[in-house]
Amino acid sequence: MSEIARIPGRNAGLTPGMVLPWALAALFLAVMPLIFASNSAITIMNQMAITIIFALAYNMLLGQGGMLSFGHAIFMGMGGFMSVHIMNWVERYELPLPLPLLPVFGGLSGLALAIVVGSFSTRKAGTVFAMISLGVGELVAASSVIIVAFFGGEEGVSGDRTYGLPFFGIEFLRQIEVYYLTAAWLLISALLMYLWSRTPLGRMANAVRDNPERAEFVGYSARWVRFHSFCASGFFAGIAGGLFAINYEIVTEENLNLAQSGAILLITFLGGAGFFFGPIIGAVLFTLLQTVLSLHTDIWQLYLGALFVMTVMYFPGGLAGVLMMHVVPARLGRLHMLVMPYLRTLLPAAIGIAGLAGVLEIIFHRRNMATGDEEMTLFWITFDSTSPWPLAIALGVAAIGIWIARRTAPALREAWEAANRIDLPPSSEGRP
Amino acid sequence: MTAAPTTAPAALRIEGLRKSFGPTEIIRGVDLSIEAGERHAIIGPNGAGKSTLFNLVTGRYAPSAGSVFLNGQEISGLPPFRINRMGLSRSFQITNIFPRMTVFENVRCSLLWARGYRYSFWHMVGRSRELTEATEEILAQINLTARRDLPAGVLSYAEQRALEIGITMAGGASVIMLDEPTAGMSHSETDHIVELIRRVTEGRTLVMVEHDMGVVFGLADRISVLVYGEIIATGSPEEVRANPKVQEAYLGTTLEAG
Repeated sequence: MSEIARIPGRNAGLTPGMVLPWALAALFLAVMPLIFASNSAITIMNQMAITIIFALAYNMLLGQGGMLSFGHAIFMGMGGFMSVHIMNWVERYELPLPLPLLPVFGGLSGLALAIVVGSFSTRKAGTVFAMISLGVGELVAASSVIIVAFFGGEEGVSGDRTYGLPFFGIEFLRQIEVYYLTAAWLLISALLMYLWSRTPLGRMANAVRDNPERAEFVGYSARWVRFHSFCASGFFAGIAGGLFAINYEIVTEENLNLAQSGAILLITFLGGAGFFFGPIIGAVLFTLLQTVLSLHTDIWQLYLGALFVMTVMYFPGGLAGVLMMHVVPARLGRLHMLVMPYLRTLLPAAIGIAGLAGVLEIIFHRRNMATGDEEMTLFWITFDSTSPWPLAIALGVAAIGIWIARRTAPALREAWEAANRIDLPPSSEGRP
Repeated sequence: MTAAPTTAPAALRIEGLRKSFGPTEIIRGVDLSIEAGERHAIIGPNGAGKSTLFNLVTGRYAPSAGSVFLNGQEISGLPPFRINRMGLSRSFQITNIFPRMTVFENVRCSLLWARGYRYSFWHMVGRSRELTEATEEILAQINLTARRDLPAGVLSYAEQRALEIGITMAGGASVIMLDEPTAGMSHSETDHIVELIRRVTEGRTLVMVEHDMGVVFGLADRISVLVYGEIIATGSPEEVRANPKVQEAYLGTTLEAG
């Protein structure tokens, strides 16, 4: 599996290939609320957009800079807290700051904190960096319950986004108005972060990730390169925090604690840290699981954890990596060879996993139900969870599904290899 | 080789350089002066301290005592990136490249500082035609144009060695230091790499550590012999070969070209 993004080295101007994806993304963001118009759907999309910005910012460290942070939520949290305070100050002192510009101040707050933390944490990468990030993360999270004047203690700090004069007639009373504000910031932030990765600093962040020593011997201080990435990442995390403050009008300790820092690591890795668009997939999937799956089951985090572990073990490139594995077969025009083998393996595997999920749900229901509430509904079937039969059937479905999937897996592997084989004339040398 | 005017400082001058690791002194007072444009080889038995000497000069280690001057300016104790910016570039005994980046990007990254891009985030590297052309030119010189879009980590060993030489010379440093550039290579690969080194170090100062005596006697204008952390002889290939101390150090091994 190769993780190469092809680098356009030769072109010196803007090409349709560079502009088109962004134009499509803008169109997509504009159209989404017309398709999913309900208030709850728009709330989910807003949350998705915020998580995407945060995940992309986090990946400036993890994927592009090779820095594993366990405490990155403090930068988003700082952006959020400062934004909600600014909201309140603007209201009290009637300052002329329109709401759409508020995320800039969130970003600057994240940047300021990143300058302080980065000045000592980016000296080394690897374990030292990870440990410092964990320590600082815990420090800030702990002080959030101590310094009540700024962090508001356990209930956090609230604000009112409709504080000021309408911005070109928009008062940001309605969800849809907030959606377009969030979407615009998503587009701007994602574009800026993408462009950053094409600058000398962005390229050297990759170089320092790959080999900090070599980077020093071509003239760059590895520490200084890391520090710049760290600050940029803090800035964009702060923008995400500002948007969070606008959306929810409340920021609490939960927005900057270690659980939040862990979640963004999980999201980024799940989506694929090796690709620019990886964290976007991770953020969308995570938000869907968090908002939609959690409506259907209380143990959604168990499924999320299992998915994460499976990804780490079998697909270290994340979901983006799995997608990009299909680039070679697609270029060779052989994707059709994979359709049937995929169906033969993935369909029974899906049924097997559904069976396993059934087993877990039935056991969970049995152990947590109120007395007399034996009835449960699973996959649109209502049954008595204390009866042995549903459990037996679920176990049977799981076993059969997984057994069939294992039987058909070798055929899938063969088809995969056939689809990826590059038929070259016997070449002289050098080919790996 | 044109003789440098007497006022011009040596490209590289080492004075009383010492390095200890704990109680063990690895470099025990090295003095060496290398003129601009010279091709200088450092040879010596295993464990003589050749790589340590390299690491001291290039800033990977800080010396315990003594000084190193690059074109007359003191560089001892400076971090590697400062030494590099002053015009000294090196390769490593164990291949040291950016494995997950493409071959093209490996070379381009090595050009960035020298071309004045520094820590900028307001330039798009892909948009600079001048930068792209300079990168392509180096790729052509090291014969890796056909590999430009592959990740460097998948190249063959010999190709990675060539790439490392490309990275080392890309920034236009006036002093190039190569640590065993032909280590682990076949005969034909060695011939290629020697040809490459000769071509890309044209007009620059070359300092190299090398075990292959064929390469040393074929390339070097002058040779220094390092034994137990001291230089026991410096001179032209003929002088060094005739030196009885050198013959003693190599214990009967005849220093023959090829």
